[in-house]
Amino acid sequence: MNISITPHAVEVAALRSDRFRIEREADWQRLETIVTRMEKGRLRGISDDDLLALPGLYRTVASSLSIARETSLDAATLAYLEALVQRAWFVVYGPRSSLGEWLAGFLGGGWSAAVRAIWLDIVVALGVMVAGVAVGWLLVSHDPGWYFSLMSREMAGPRVPGASAEVLRGTLFRDRQQSGMSVFAAQLFSNNAQVAILAFALGFALGIPTLLLLIQNLALLGAMGWLYHGAGLLTDFAAWICVHGTTELFAILLAGAAGLHIGRAIAFPGTRPVLQATAEAGRRAAAVMAGVVLMLVVAAMLEGFARQLVDDTFGRFAIGGFMLLAWCAYFFAYRGNAGARR
Amino acid sequence: MSAAAAIRHRTRKQRILLTPEGISLPVTVAGRGARAGALMLDLIFIAVLMIGSTLALVSIAGGLGQFMRGAEGAGKGAGAQAFQFLVIVWIVIMFLFRNAYFLYFELGPRGATPGKRLTGIRIAARDGGRLTAEMVIARNLLRDIELFLPIPLIMMAGADNGMAWLAATGWLAIFMLFPLFNRDGLRAGDVIAGSWVLERPRRKLEAAMTLAREEQGDAPGIAGPRYRFEDAELAVYGEFELQSLERVLREGRNESIETVYHTIAAKIGRSDGWGDESRFLGEYYTQLRARLEAGMRMGRRKADKHSSR
Repeated sequence: MNISITPHAVEVAALRSDRFRIEREADWQRLETIVTRMEKGRLRGISDDDLLALPGLYRTVASSLSIARETSLDAATLAYLEALVQRAWFVVYGPRSSLGEWLAGFLGGGWSAAVRAIWLDIVVALGVMVAGVAVGWLLVSHDPGWYFSLMSREMAGPRVPGASAEVLRGTLFRDRQQSGMSVFAAQLFSNNAQVAILAFALGFALGIPTLLLLIQNLALLGAMGWLYHGAGLLTDFAAWICVHGTTELFAILLAGAAGLHIGRAIAFPGTRPVLQATAEAGRRAAAVMAGVVLMLVVAAMLEGFARQLVDDTFGRFAIGGFMLLAWCAYFFAYRGNAGARR
Repeated sequence: MSAAAAIRHRTRKQRILLTPEGISLPVTVAGRGARAGALMLDLIFIAVLMIGSTLALVSIAGGLGQFMRGAEGAGKGAGAQAFQFLVIVWIVIMFLFRNAYFLYFELGPRGATPGKRLTGIRIAARDGGRLTAEMVIARNLLRDIELFLPIPLIMMAGADNGMAWLAATGWLAIFMLFPLFNRDGLRAGDVIAGSWVLERPRRKLEAAMTLAREEQGDAPGIAGPRYRFEDAELAVYGEFELQSLERVLREGRNESIETVYHTIAAKIGRSDGWGDESRFLGEYYTQLRARLEAGMRMGRRKADKHSSR
């Protein structure tokens, strides 16, 4: 539709509200053209002038709507304006179109700020994980039969109670000959990321399944620790885990804490409405989770490559310890420019 | 807000959303049918993409195998490396389709996956503010326990494995039915993220009433109105009737125009518009609107024919 605004048209319009409309129509239609283009995803076809004018046009049309509501009884115009303002609102307050900008803000402080914001949950989750290791160790030391309730036989392979120290040593150090390291790494990442996402998502059920998942996974670690301790290989086992474990367990710790954070907001919203409390917690936790996936990529790299290439206990401790220090420094010492981006 | 607008808001899915500028906007919450349809479409797209990329990789691997057999013994190590690379690509692609498909599309300026776009809905922030990346991430990570965890479980367990199947199905049902048990049709991910799913409005600007009539050739503006209505004749109707009249005039169907003409003529006791109903009603509309809008400017609103002013 094309209605040219001639002085004649303004004169002919018998009603003040129609004159109001005719005088502003050009702005409305310019906004509609821009919004329609953006809805169709043709960002390239929009000139810089139009993009710069968009927020201003949005406010102009929004104010037209407020005025029209008070002065005009033209239902069609009102409905059109309401729809147009809503479409423009979607665009103006839509997601940031640039993923790169978000990533820069995220790595440059947003992530570590989100991690610091859920510190209480991290402490709780850490306690639960330590307890999980202890439970696994104690259970198996009382009754080795527990070992197979925690770990399936095919996964255990040669790592069974009663195995000789030589066999166990072989599981820690002879990996170098293995082919297909990179496939192994990709599989590890895919699997671990899914577990971490699950730990987070289960927070929706008040966080209890998240805690159970943490205990179950860490009890396995405790049971294996007991096994290697019996063969006098505990230090070597710790180093073997340490290479990727400081990153991977840290990531799982954060995922569990994120889930717990949501569960806590649902159970104890405090003075805020529960929906609002949940949404605030959910957004903080989601920022943590996006980082967890990144950490798991790093962990899989370390597990698939570094552990096979570095074959002595000291070297493995050095790598793992360095990663732990780096993560801690990044999360708790690095402030970045989190305030600037929001 | 005008009376007719207020009437439109009485439908069950209308909500008022307050933008950061303080403008209240009527929005429509997306229907459950549209949501379910969008999800089915997206799952079909994902399945097609997964199968398609798997087939493509398999055919590449097949071609590679043939090539290796041709170059017998020349590069056994290189062939294994290439296969390994293909397997890695496959694992990464599967992970991305499962986790990043929704993220990628909902983070775009359109805030909707292809399935949502086809059913005319999109996501928005519930508080009227900006839709942030964190919201989109949060609402889509929860999809994992809503869909991608229980569906494989159901398939793995099979109906003959009673308890496991029942548990997985119950799990899926709880999350699938979650939107049915709250007013705004929020699914668990929406609750966590503070987002909701809205209908995408689409409306053309119609011509101004007083101008449209001029274009049709019966211009009231130049010659002056043919019919003049007394104040008492205009005072019988309010905003609701005005906007019903607007709808009838815009649709322009002769039968309804005639019916409405008879009603109004009888009510105000005039019969001089006989045979010229459309113009009679058009001018009645213009003068009634002028009167009501003048009242509005003075702070007097008349909602319908039953209200006093």
